[in-house]
Amino acid sequence: MMYTVTALWRRELIKFLRDKSRVGGAVLQPLVVWLLLGFGFRDTFQLPSSTGTDIPYLEFLFPGMLALVALFTSIFSTISIVEERKSGFLQAALAAPVSRSVLVLGATLGGTTLAVGQSGLFLILLPFLGPPPTVAGLALMLFVLALIGLAFTALGVTVAWKIRTTRGFHAVMNLFLIPLWVLSGAFFPPTGAPPLLQWIVRLNPFSYGVDALRTAMYWPGPAPEVATSLAVSLPVTIVFTGLMFALAVRSVATPIAPE
Amino acid sequence: MPSLAVDVDNLTHRYGERTALDEVDLSVHEGALFGVLGPNGGGKTTLFRILSTLIRPTKGTATVFGVDVRDRPDAIRKRIGIVFQSVALDAELTVRENLRTHAALYGVSRRGLDERLDVLLPQFGLVDRVDERVSMLSGGLKRRVDLVRGLLHAPPLLLLDEPTTGLDPAARHSFWETVDRVRRNEGMTILLATHSMEEAERCDRLVILDRGAIVANGTPEELRQGVGDETLWIECSDPRAMADSMTSRLNVDTVVIGSRVQVSDPNAHNVLPALYEAFGRDIHAATIRRPTLEDVFMLHAGRSLEDADTTPETPDR
Repeated sequence: MMYTVTALWRRELIKFLRDKSRVGGAVLQPLVVWLLLGFGFRDTFQLPSSTGTDIPYLEFLFPGMLALVALFTSIFSTISIVEERKSGFLQAALAAPVSRSVLVLGATLGGTTLAVGQSGLFLILLPFLGPPPTVAGLALMLFVLALIGLAFTALGVTVAWKIRTTRGFHAVMNLFLIPLWVLSGAFFPPTGAPPLLQWIVRLNPFSYGVDALRTAMYWPGPAPEVATSLAVSLPVTIVFTGLMFALAVRSVATPIAPE
Repeated sequence: MPSLAVDVDNLTHRYGERTALDEVDLSVHEGALFGVLGPNGGGKTTLFRILSTLIRPTKGTATVFGVDVRDRPDAIRKRIGIVFQSVALDAELTVRENLRTHAALYGVSRRGLDERLDVLLPQFGLVDRVDERVSMLSGGLKRRVDLVRGLLHAPPLLLLDEPTTGLDPAARHSFWETVDRVRRNEGMTILLATHSMEEAERCDRLVILDRGAIVANGTPEELRQGVGDETLWIECSDPRAMADSMTSRLNVDTVVIGSRVQVSDPNAHNVLPALYEAFGRDIHAATIRRPTLEDVFMLHAGRSLEDADTTPETPDR
């Protein structure tokens, strides 16, 4: 079984690395978003709570940007499922004597690796922001990024299974992803927001991933503007990831949506 | 009695209201090249999907090497290789990388794969292409690689679902040469879905599947015999009216097949002059020839295969 999972994982990586526009796009887009927002809001941004520390917006936005990279890389690694609906690799894989959960595991681990790799690349910027990073903090960040990657590759698989065109996939995903990200505490600290927004942020499972990342970034010191401690944010993220994976396995057990 | 590779009995499948397969019976002997001839949407793909255990039939039974498709799908999956209408390869991966992934899906080890490729690649003329990316290969070569993919686990049954779709005649010819060669060496059973008469002629036996039902079953020779021996074929604009008046005025047996009238008279030659005298103006062409599988299809389906192909199933061409 591991042999099959490894082969599927390898395939995802090779495919990604051979597609130069995908490699470039996945790195450049978030970097541009981060820099534009970071410098744009540099002088107007102010932390709402009086934590005593005042951090620049670039630094505040950094964990959110990492999460965004992981989110987009993982979700869009599953788009080939839509493309290969009636042709290519997928139909052969579905007819092979392997269980659907192995197929899902192979595909999601591939997407997860890409997500960790892409977002991990940005960790080299970390020494220029905030306090010097610790090994434990870095390891924790990579772990959380892996969880986010796995959760959203799995979500991508579920959605791709039900949608017939890549155009539809993009539409659904943008509808989902942008609000998911904006309302996660990545973009603005929820403590200063109206109560309704605060509630939405609290209900958004992605917020806990961002919180965990922010906590890890300052580990073991205190992190500014986190709504929940690691004892909450990490378990919530793990449970969410498990749910997303189970959902993916479940949807893949049903026949793929016909043309 | 030789054992059966595939045995299908009273098989029915419905997608909601639409009946895709209607009480289909067929049996394929081990080692045979068995054809399923029919138009797109006739039920071929549904039959293949059931045999490859991708969908469960609504009613009836289907067994592959004695194993029911409902009982142990994995046991069946291990024993069949499938070549689809479109190649199941990743264009940006090399031939070897593709085959490696598919070998893993079938539990073929790295060592097993290398040994298998040593046997297969020379037969397919692919030895020096194995490290090229699939996107660099011609359509014909891609098909051959895809066939290797289907044979990696040495399946005793190979399902070919319109395997030459989109190939030019030369590539088609070379594809079949390869299939014949591999078949001689490996001795596997082949079930072929096709809507090409030329491919149907290659089969040991075939069924004609139209609108989900089997309308004819036999060897190509038997099926042609069923239409008649060497007979007279008249082309005209209104075959039905022509057939009626021929029967009444000249006392000959006629059958309307598509746009043609077949005159089933042992003395066809002798009737010809009388026909021309009576209907000369309306006859576009008259031929004395043996029936083809196309005629067989028209006799049973009431229309030509080309007309029946109104909804092509492959949008990815």
